[in-house]
Amino acid sequence: MNNYETVFILTPVLSDAQMKEAVEKFKNLLTEQGAEIVNEENWGLRKLAYNIDKKTTGFYSFLEFNADPAVIDKLELNFRRDERVIRFLTVKQDKFSLEYAEKRRNRGGKKQETTAPVVKKAEKAEKAESEVKSNKKED
Amino acid sequence: MAKQSEIRYLTPLSVDVKKKKYCRFKKNGIKYIDYKDPEFLKKFLNEQGKILPRRITGTSLKFQRRIAQAVKRARHIAMLPYVTDLMK
Repeated sequence: MNNYETVFILTPVLSDAQMKEAVEKFKNLLTEQGAEIVNEENWGLRKLAYNIDKKTTGFYSFLEFNADPAVIDKLELNFRRDERVIRFLTVKQDKFSLEYAEKRRNRGGKKQETTAPVVKKAEKAEKAESEVKSNKKED
Repeated sequence: MAKQSEIRYLTPLSVDVKKKKYCRFKKNGIKYIDYKDPEFLKKFLNEQGKILPRRITGTSLKFQRRIAQAVKRARHIAMLPYVTDLMK
């Protein structure tokens, strides 16, 4: 068993529920393979530093887990197959990063939350609007 | 006695006191450089987003390698740009 952490970016076209479902899918995949999830973070919709597939934003998710090396292959294969995932990065934690990750967990990742959710509000408003339109019935 | 004050300079002589560069990671006891913190990594990049050389930042070789690794990871997950203008 090794310690790993993975960051992956989901397309911004998903709704909040769809996004959560996608994250859930990968978590289930990991637990099914016998991995133990240590930490899960959702950084929300963030601006990308450059365009990926003509998209300027993306939902960032972060997972920390203990797993056998063979699990990583399967996880990454599933990342590649899933078209909702536009980018992913899996890193093995060495002793220094493990120490750092523990400190970070205790801090509660507050830093990330303050920077992230600015974009979210505007998008939510848009979604709400489109929902209102679809809810309008023929009177 | 008077001769001493004969030579006068408009601007005080610039005495080369070289400030010794130091590695901030060694000094502060930082052991791990996080690729998930783009604001911190930006200290080691120039305006175009290139990694600054050691001779400018004073970082030790060990940590320069780790900075490079972290910056490259951050670029991959689109937290830092590969190429840009006027980043700061």
